[in-house]
Amino acid sequence: MMNDSTDVLLHARSLRKQYGRGEGVVRAVDGVDVEVRRGETVAVMGPSGCGKSTLLHLLGGLDRPDAGEIWLADRRLDTLSERALAHVRRHDVGFVFQAFHLMEELTAQENVEFPALLAGRTPRQARRRAQQLLEQVGLAERAAHLPTALSGGQRQRVAVARALANEPQVLLADEPTGNLDSAATLDVLRLMESLNAAGLTLVIATHDERIAATADRLISMRDGAFVDQTRLTGGTRGTLADLAGLGG
Amino acid sequence: MATVQQEVVLAILAKEPAQGSQLRARLDRALGVLGEAINDGQIYVTLSRLEKAGLVTRGVPGSNDRKVYQPTPAGHVRIAEWLAEVRWPRPDLAEFHLKLIAAARAGLADPLDIVDAQRRELLRRLRDAQRLAMAEPDGSEAGLLLEGIVLRLQADLRWLAACERSWTVRRKS
Repeated sequence: MMNDSTDVLLHARSLRKQYGRGEGVVRAVDGVDVEVRRGETVAVMGPSGCGKSTLLHLLGGLDRPDAGEIWLADRRLDTLSERALAHVRRHDVGFVFQAFHLMEELTAQENVEFPALLAGRTPRQARRRAQQLLEQVGLAERAAHLPTALSGGQRQRVAVARALANEPQVLLADEPTGNLDSAATLDVLRLMESLNAAGLTLVIATHDERIAATADRLISMRDGAFVDQTRLTGGTRGTLADLAGLGG
Repeated sequence: MATVQQEVVLAILAKEPAQGSQLRARLDRALGVLGEAINDGQIYVTLSRLEKAGLVTRGVPGSNDRKVYQPTPAGHVRIAEWLAEVRWPRPDLAEFHLKLIAAARAGLADPLDIVDAQRRELLRRLRDAQRLAMAEPDGSEAGLLLEGIVLRLQADLRWLAACERSWTVRRKS
């Protein structure tokens, strides 16, 4: 079942994206192939400037590749019209950014309702969905607060709830803990673990080891290319005892 | 007294044969002030153990300089094995550091591949430790120990990221 190709939700082939031209050209993504299975959490790690954010933007239809193909389920994204791509961004992909990008004049609840309203849900449906999501991220009692009255970790959890408003097929997170202190990182970490456990498909670009370690699979990027891919699942409990000084 | 691993000495000889004093100079360059903890006698003891184990020979063909050491074929095999080994939890930072330097100097392996292999292992352990830690109720004693493991792994992973940055720059220049 896990090897069944119908289980692949998101895949890209020979993806390329470059910025600038001539001497100053930067190959942000340079011939990348990637497959993400339904329900899988994949972390993309690499030094800043390695192309992981660009890759995420391409996969989510926020930007278009110079070459290559991107497929979400059985739809090819890179050839869609602007209008059709906007529809995909609104309905099929959830995005979480480093800087939260919440609307400061709206409450937490309204921020989460907003994408559902844009997608054509009734106010009543949008409200119910937002309440349920804020509950899921542990912020039900903060629903009426403005973002400025929330901590960084709480803002990012609202942003995650917003990204889930239209029940996207995949959630893409770009350095979700990049602006957070360690306590807030832990909050987001727990949330990512619970989304993974709930079977959501997640792709996370990060340089934070703890966030990367929530993933089932790790992709390492350097200079726009994948240099290493590995599964992170697989019992190391015995060696943890050694780490604690209980080894022989 | 600080000890230097046999494989470290062996790998430093991989690029070119060296006398004990040249070996010492190479170690000092790689370790800086931390190299002061290793005394000369210890380096010669290590060399004679390597010789006894058949991993180095003394002297080079066509020369009567008996002070120069170089790895035997068996020594080269041992170096290759050592480069591919991922050692953990032994928190031997100097060994890992010297491994990257020896691999790059002698062109035996890409230091970044060695960093990647080490990171894979540490992240697997971090994943398990983190899951176990999060499964513990708040204030649990076992949770506190697991948190200690998580933080140690995190520190090592951050250092690996620093190694990656540094070797990426060095490789390009």
